Amino acid sequence: MGERAAGQPKSRFPYVIGAGGLLLLFSISIAISVGAVSVPLHTVWSILINQVAPGTMEQDWSKGREAIVWDIRFPRALLACLMGAGLAVVGGSLQAVTRNPLADPHLLGISSGAAFGAILALMHTGMFLGLITVPLFAFGGALAATLLVLAVSQFASATSADRLILAGVAVSFIVMSLANVLIFLGDPRATHTVVFWMLGGLGLAQWSHLAFPFAVLVLCGAYIWANAGKLNAMTVGDETAATLGIPVARFRLIIFVVGALVTGVMVAFSGMIGFVGLMLPHIVRLLVGGDYARVIPASALFGAIYLLWSDIIARTIMAPEDMPIGIVTGLIGGMFFVWLLRRRAR
Amino acid sequence: MRTGHLVAKDICWRPAKNQPFLLHPVSFEVYPGRVLGVVGPNGAGKSTLLRMIYHYQKPTTGQVMVDGQDLWGMSAKAAACKVAAVLQEQPGAFGLTVRDIVALGRTPHRSALSSSGAQDAEIVTQAIARMQLEVLATRDFDTLSGGERQRVMVARALAQQPQVLVMDEPTNHLDIRHQLEILSLIRSLGLTIVVSLHDLNMAADVCDAILLLKNGHCLGFGSADDVLSEQLVSDTFSITAQRQVLSVSQNQHLTFHLPT
Repeated sequence: MGERAAGQPKSRFPYVIGAGGLLLLFSISIAISVGAVSVPLHTVWSILINQVAPGTMEQDWSKGREAIVWDIRFPRALLACLMGAGLAVVGGSLQAVTRNPLADPHLLGISSGAAFGAILALMHTGMFLGLITVPLFAFGGALAATLLVLAVSQFASATSADRLILAGVAVSFIVMSLANVLIFLGDPRATHTVVFWMLGGLGLAQWSHLAFPFAVLVLCGAYIWANAGKLNAMTVGDETAATLGIPVARFRLIIFVVGALVTGVMVAFSGMIGFVGLMLPHIVRLLVGGDYARVIPASALFGAIYLLWSDIIARTIMAPEDMPIGIVTGLIGGMFFVWLLRRRAR
Repeated sequence: MRTGHLVAKDICWRPAKNQPFLLHPVSFEVYPGRVLGVVGPNGAGKSTLLRMIYHYQKPTTGQVMVDGQDLWGMSAKAAACKVAAVLQEQPGAFGLTVRDIVALGRTPHRSALSSSGAQDAEIVTQAIARMQLEVLATRDFDTLSGGERQRVMVARALAQQPQVLVMDEPTNHLDIRHQLEILSLIRSLGLTIVVSLHDLNMAADVCDAILLLKNGHCLGFGSADDVLSEQLVSDTFSITAQRQVLSVSQNQHLTFHLPT
């Protein structure tokens, strides 16, 4: 009886994941269907199925539609999924190792660092390493910002939860200023593009760009998931986690580096999309409980869904203009942040 | 559950070379199933001493042995299978249930990639039952009272199946009923326990031996009657302590006053 009762959020988990999976498929379909040119859902699915298994569908659509669905909107939807999943998983794991419910790659300055690195590559060094240049620089910037935040919080002996966030915000401001200096010094003709990229957007999505974020997400996500037990232990406290045999300092550093890697890659491909990592883990905990073995996969799933819908809103609210998605997530996330503060104050 | 034989040989600690010792060399021994109370004023080095036993701060010199094995000669994980700790840290508000928290005790017993098996689940269930937490098992830890939280943390430590249990001021912030419950729990666990306590009368009641610390020095180690003498307690805490006999129960009781 105790065993059954103990499994309540646990036994709900398969249903949450199942329902989430269906919702994800539905959301992807809608994301592909909606836009300047509206494509009916059945056409969307016919085109997708026909692409995967050519010749199975009778072709009753134009070449143009096929290009919109397969070359533009589908990769864009998948990129949204990767971004949302990656940022949500990173946010959730950072919350555990900092024992801070407000931890988020954006608030901790990691995104700013990534943006700095990406701008450096985009406007100053050129793509001397090919397609990987920007993600690599973004990772470098994210990592540097992460270490800076950790150093500042050590230096200011700000080990408490709220002060770590303050250190993150401080570093974020400093790094963003430096990034803006880079933009200012760069080629004025590129400024517009870079500023828009920084506000967050999935408009540049194409098939050739998906492999890298996908690989990073799968590897880092799997690592984080495999260490769910340690993340649980970290939420109790450093000393208690240590008495459970966990090398606390090393594990926290690894999670920060993994977080910087994921954030760096995500920022490189779609700019700064804030608050996803802050919001999703909290919402998911309400559904599946606090055990990280469930929080991590559920965060990935619902992060993907959340960003798909944010992108749908961004694309349709001022159609035919494509509003930067960062504006949408910033608005929603900021309000969520206020709600979270109020809830914590009680 | 096997209980361990704990021996500390000349353990001492300082933050770094050239810095003064926060704890000067101290030696003691706790026999299996016995309870050692660590008492002393704030800043005496109690936490430092406990941390060396629960494998958090490595002794600058000296050894901590459990059943003849050097605790600091083994991995953190192996040490975690021998020594568990109930500390004053409180889990953050992350929605873990009581059972989730207790299950953390199995962490050191698992290999890197295996998930928890049926045996782990059984041990967790037993630990929950032993602390009479069955009805709370699915509750969110954040919603519990102080006394309930303390019991959950003890259940977590029991699920770790340690040979030695360290408790850092387990009665702190609890009302008198829950303090007494924790003390009776300490007596009934049958584990080798090292516990730091502020209340000297409670320490005398519950502990088989007392270690008295002040400014990083050990001022006494032995039975409560020997160590908690009027003279030694008065000197250690800079107060006037008097040992009196309670008229009804005939129990000994220390009273404390500011020196005049």
